Amino acid sequence: MTTLLMIGTRKGLFLARSDDRLSWSLDGPHFAMTSVYAAAIDPRPAASGGSARLLAGADSEHWGPSVFRSDDFGASWQETEGGAIRFPTDTGEALVRTWQLRPAGADQPGLVWAGVEPGALFLSEDGGETFSLVKSLWDHPHRERWMPGGGGLCLHTITPHTTDPDRMLVGVSSAGVYRTDDGGRSWEASNTGIDAWRAPDQHPEFGQCVHKFDGQRDRPDQLFLQNHGGVYRSDDFGATWSAIGEGLPADFGFPVTAHPHRAGTAYVYPLVKDEHRIPPEDRCRIYRTTDAGESWEPLAAGLPQERTYVSVLRDALCTDDSDPAGVYFGTRSGEVFASADEGASWMSIVRHLPDVLVVRAAELP
Amino acid sequence: MTAGDAAVRLRVPASLRTYTGGSSAVDVALTELGDKPTVGGLLDHLAVTHPDLERRIRDEQRRLRRHVNLFLGNDNVRDLSDQDTPLAAGVELAVMPAVSGG
Repeated sequence: MTTLLMIGTRKGLFLARSDDRLSWSLDGPHFAMTSVYAAAIDPRPAASGGSARLLAGADSEHWGPSVFRSDDFGASWQETEGGAIRFPTDTGEALVRTWQLRPAGADQPGLVWAGVEPGALFLSEDGGETFSLVKSLWDHPHRERWMPGGGGLCLHTITPHTTDPDRMLVGVSSAGVYRTDDGGRSWEASNTGIDAWRAPDQHPEFGQCVHKFDGQRDRPDQLFLQNHGGVYRSDDFGATWSAIGEGLPADFGFPVTAHPHRAGTAYVYPLVKDEHRIPPEDRCRIYRTTDAGESWEPLAAGLPQERTYVSVLRDALCTDDSDPAGVYFGTRSGEVFASADEGASWMSIVRHLPDVLVVRAAELP
Repeated sequence: MTAGDAAVRLRVPASLRTYTGGSSAVDVALTELGDKPTVGGLLDHLAVTHPDLERRIRDEQRRLRRHVNLFLGNDNVRDLSDQDTPLAAGVELAVMPAVSGG
């Protein structure tokens, strides 16, 4: 079985492949001189006799953003004539960047969500070929008061509930978490328990600087969240959040990813807050919890442990869907590390790439 | 080579020739651009004939992309009348990416 790893960088997309998750081949860059912030592997077409579809959101400083798709694992790419994601004329807005491409569940074939800058959610019902603006969130009364984070006003995280297609969470920097329970017809802020960093009111309804969150298949109401400051868990699909960063050397960071099928297990990459943003003790370590945040353990075998200052961006940490799960992360200095044993040991699989913006992995059917 | 007396020519850089079938220029007959041909009118026409090219020059609100320049002779159309800049028969409009990036 082949594992495919999509590596989006500031200068194009790279594809790594491995039959044993130890030895990897690499091709690319695809989409030269574009930043690839969004990547997704959609396995659903394979269930109906097709091929898994790759999706990539690439944006050129000159020529603007596009969404590309491949049905032959990157041998060729297609894009939608005129653009897949376009803001309606009456919004007065134009797409700056696609931050997130998220295929929905197996029971919703063809449905793909996109999170973009300026902060908005789009929906595709044809596998990512065309998208339409989700007006219910765009028209939310809070939106006029959303403030951009350092990366712009971006909707960067989309987490559909794994068993209830009517429920979904999205994350916007720096507006916080928003939740729908009715299939996207209405939305409410869902930040109860998350501190607002550097705000006069520490617990506003919205305005939290959420960096990333992720959920699991086997416990669909449980989520893990990395905030600008603070790591949190929700056991009620985002209705409330509890701090779980006590056992970490730092609770600042950008990415978090949940184990694909082991409830209570998640991974983060702590950074010394906020003026430093380098790993604690100058050591490159992923931290893992296996008890839903009650405790954390450093995972360092195979990672650089001396004078290391690399950071990892919000989408540059992921797992595959295998058992045991593979875990992957890419650094802003262009190195990608992989673990075939759920984080117990790591190896560098590629170095000297441009800044890594996103990684996504899956076992190909 | 020029666009000819009855046409205007859009010159495209190498990085956009994927969207012109490999050609370095697109000629558009003036008759396609109405009574008062303008830069904006030319781009509106391209939005129909070459949509993947046009959307790399303008965003979906029909604004010129920030790091894209259009030169009419030696003049950046932003220094003229932007997309209302008139086009005469035989002129060439050149698409030039701004010098930027790292």
